[in-house]
Parts: sequence; structure tokens; C-alpha cells
Amino acid sequence: MNTQITGKIIVVGDNIDTDQIYPGRFLAITDPAEIGSHCLCGVDESIAANFPEGGIVVAGRNFGCGSSREHAPIALLNMGARAVLADSFARIFFRNAVNLGLLPVICKGLHDKVKDGQILTLDLDAGTVTICETGEVLPCEQLGDQAMKILEAGGIKPMMRKRFGKE
Amino acid sequence: MHAIEKILAKNSGKSSVKTGEIVTAKVDFAEINDLYLQTIYSFYEMGGEKVWDRERCAFVFDHYAPTPDIKSAANHKEMREFAQKNGLRFHFDTNCGVCHQVMPEAGVIYPGMIVVATDSHTTTHGAFGAMGTGCGATDMATILMTGELWFRVPEIIEVRLEGEAPKGVFPKDVILAVLGKIRADGAVYKAIDFTGSYVEQLGVPGRMTICNMAVEMGAKTAYMQPNQAVLDYVSERAVRPFEVQYTDPDFEYAETYVFDVSTLEPELACPSSVENVHTLESVTSAGDVLLNQGYIGSCTGGREEDIAVAAKILKGHHIPPYTRLIIVPASRDVMLACLEKGYIQALVHVGATVTTPGCGACLGAHEGVLAPGEVCITSTNRNFPGRMGSTEASIYLASPATVAASILNGRITDPRLYL
Repeated sequence: MNTQITGKIIVVGDNIDTDQIYPGRFLAITDPAEIGSHCLCGVDESIAANFPEGGIVVAGRNFGCGSSREHAPIALLNMGARAVLADSFARIFFRNAVNLGLLPVICKGLHDKVKDGQILTLDLDAGTVTICETGEVLPCEQLGDQAMKILEAGGIKPMMRKRFGKE
Repeated sequence: MHAIEKILAKNSGKSSVKTGEIVTAKVDFAEINDLYLQTIYSFYEMGGEKVWDRERCAFVFDHYAPTPDIKSAANHKEMREFAQKNGLRFHFDTNCGVCHQVMPEAGVIYPGMIVVATDSHTTTHGAFGAMGTGCGATDMATILMTGELWFRVPEIIEVRLEGEAPKGVFPKDVILAVLGKIRADGAVYKAIDFTGSYVEQLGVPGRMTICNMAVEMGAKTAYMQPNQAVLDYVSERAVRPFEVQYTDPDFEYAETYVFDVSTLEPELACPSSVENVHTLESVTSAGDVLLNQGYIGSCTGGREEDIAVAAKILKGHHIPPYTRLIIVPASRDVMLACLEKGYIQALVHVGATVTTPGCGACLGAHEGVLAPGEVCITSTNRNFPGRMGSTEASIYLASPATVAASILNGRITDPRLYL
């Protein structure tokens, strides 16, 4: 797995819940690309269409609170996001993201220091986030052994296929 | 150890567990609701063939009950086929109700078990002394394949609720007051144990309402030590023998919050966050809040007691013109009980719209979604932007009594005036 990511960011606020990430009215949709096209439309309907491929979402506290809907990380991944950096994450969102290979990384205080369109480098090995424009480096938290084990396997699906002898 | 730790230890084949430890535990019952066809996709993508135990998992068709469009109908069809192919012992189709109400009614929830469902409000089952927690579709698919899931043993917060509730203060008011204090992320990754004299005397429905909203503080699970009301409820229904777990007297909580329930008032969570909690009086004294819709339903506030108090307040009156009141019984059993006692008939005469049991407009799927600029007061659990429809609608969370009194008056109103 790639532990260094550089990407353009969009910044959202505190308590961005799963209804804002992916509203209930779209839950019957199963096509991943279509799911991605509605990502974060509860915050701003123009975000998904303009999201930079390989970009990073920066959020305040409690990102992903609310429902257990896996549509939230599916939408973020298919919108083009590779990581979410936040002050804190809701638990089910964290698990869902790790399972699907989206990096949910806690980087306290980053949200207050950055704005839309800036470029960040996340280095999971070093445990740092660098704001490229200013060169400022902030510490980020480790994901934990269990999450890393799943991410290194490429997500929970390849891990389970291997366990059940399917590849 | 805490009762929750004992449940995790027992189901992972250990004699003890420690906070922060990762364990792989057996799941006693797994439930998939009808939003998560992805569960079946993930199951096959990972090489699944048959579910691990046809007695211990079920689908509940509650969010689209009955189906509002072709997509959700097609999703139900695929789920039904999967359930039939696997010969699942339990199946709850669109005629049953909300998963967190129908599972206890069917006896698949009992003390000392682990229940995992593709729904965040699975914390509800702490009301029965069970460990309930929500997960996503792919985690659920791993359970269907293996019968187990990894868990981090959580820190446990005690929320001690002491005293008797004054008139007009319902379990929903109590949990809103707790939420306003602990906030929306105050219990992330942690468990909440509700204790104290208020909990000890509380009946099953009130316990369910309080544990249900533990997840709105980020909690992984909730717990209440079963009382006689719980034991009576489960002993009539449980589909297998169970063992109640007890917390050791020397257990130390990570944090303790104490609330004197006797001093509480009717509460509101104001738009558009569950933690934006204020006393009803402080909101109404600042000016009238005019309403378009009242809503009584969901896994939080759609049980017999919730509909009963609405019928009591509203019987013989009529809601004002150009407003609407939507009543969604949480289950078929709830609907039948309310019909038998005449609540549904009374509410229809009051001008209420009564829908089929299910999740309805609580999550903006159908049956009462809101237009831009509209204001709704509801006995449900979330008031996030866009939760019940338009992101430009405003949602106030309140007790069923407050919803009833308010819609009767066309503006947010103190239920104590009518009780």
C-alpha cells in the first residue's frame, strides 16, 4: 500500500454526518460511479463534479457521524478521494473506510490551518502531514495495527478472499 | 470486568479482556436492513457461498416499506432471493416494521448476546443487556461468511440517571439532555452504561429510546443492566437460552456523568445538530416556532407508549389547517396494539396521516419528506441537514408528547399544558 500521498484538498466543517456525505434519497443506488457523483452534496452540490482526482478531504471533528451507510466511503472513493484527514472520526465510518481502502487519518488542528485548493502530503510512515505551500509539518495519529493489516492487504475484500482460498 | 467486557470475552473464547484489546468475537445475531444490497455484493466478491448459520441472520425490509420506486423494489427482490437461497429461518419483509423493534419482538434479542446490524441504531439493544453495535455492508458480509467480527474492547462511560422524571419529561427528553451535555462526539469508540434509579425502574420502551440515541454521541454500544421488566419481556420471547452478565463491583469507569432526572424539563434538539439541545421553554420564550409537520415514529419514538401519549393529547381535537401529522408505528405489533386500544382511530380523526410500519421519512426516503423552508418537529433521532428531505428544511427533535402538543397548536408548545 502507498503510505505517502500528495493531493489537492477540499475543506469541510465539524460533524459532517453521513446524510451530508450521502443523503438518504440516493441510498437505493448501487452503481459506484453514480454514488460518487452525489458525494458531499449535503454540504455543497458542486463538490463532487469539481473534486481533484486523488484529492484529500480535510474535516473538523466527528467526520462521518450518523448512519452505518457504507455508501459514504464508497462515494468518497468514487469521487476520487484517497484520504480524509480530520480532527476525529465516527467509529463506523472509520471501519468502513479502512475496509474499502480509504485512509481515515486523525490530524488534530489541520482543519483550522488550511483552505480549499491547497496541496498536502500525508506520510503515514513518518506520521506527518505537510502543508506544501508553507512547509508546515503537523503530526498525525497512527491508524493502529488492525487497520494497517487490512489496508496492507488492499482492504477487507482481498483479505477475506485470501482467507477463503479464492486467490 | 464490566458486563460488556464479559460478553466480549465469552464470545471470543477468553476468560478476560482489557480496554483497547482487539478481539475476534462470535456474533449471536446479524441483521441486514434493506439499504444494504452491497452486503450481498461484498459477500460474493469475497468468495462467500452460504451464510455461516441460517438461524442467526436475517433481513429486515424497513427503510423502503413498502418500496417507493423501482430501484428499491429491485434491491428487495435480490435480497429476498438471497434469503430464500440460504433458507434463512427469520425473514422480516415490508409488513413487519423497524428492525430494532421487530428483532426484540421476534425474540432474537436477549441479555448477554452480541447483535450486529447494518444500522447505527443497533445500540438500542443495550436496553436488554445485550451488546448491540452497527457496522457497514462489507463488515456484515464478513460476518455472514464467518459468524464473527473483530472488535476493539471499548472504554466504558457511566451515565448515571437518578431520580424520578417530572410530569411532561419523557425518556426522549432525558436522552436529549444527556446528549446536550456529552455532545455528538463525546463517546466516540466508547460504550455507555446507563445506570441509576431512573434506569432501574424504567420499562422496556423507555430503555430502548435512551440506548437508541447513545450512537448520537458516537458510542459503539450502550448497556443497561436488565431489570424485571426486561426479564419478563425476553422470557416470553427469547428463541434460545440466555445468561445475564453483571458488572463486577470493583469495575472502574473511564468517566462518570451524573444527571438528576427530577430537575429536567421538556427538551429540544434544534436544527441542525443532535447536540444543539435547549430546554423547550428557552426556545419558545425567544419567539414562536411555527410548524408545517409533526412526525411520530422510528426506532426512537414510534412505540405503543409514544403513540398513546399523542392520542391522549390530541383526542377530540383537530390539527390546524395546512399542517400535517404523520404517525408511523414502529412495527406491526405496535400498530395492532394501537388499533386495539383505539389510538390509531383517534389519531386519524384528529387529522393524522398513518403510514405503514417502517423507517418512513426519518431518513428522508419516503412517506413525509420535507420541502425547502419547511419546519418539522419529530420524535425521531437525527436532525442533520437534509435528513428528512431538503437540506433547507428545519428539524426539531422532541418527545412524542411535545410533538403532539406542538402540532396541535401549529407551533412548538410545552406538552405539560395538555397532560
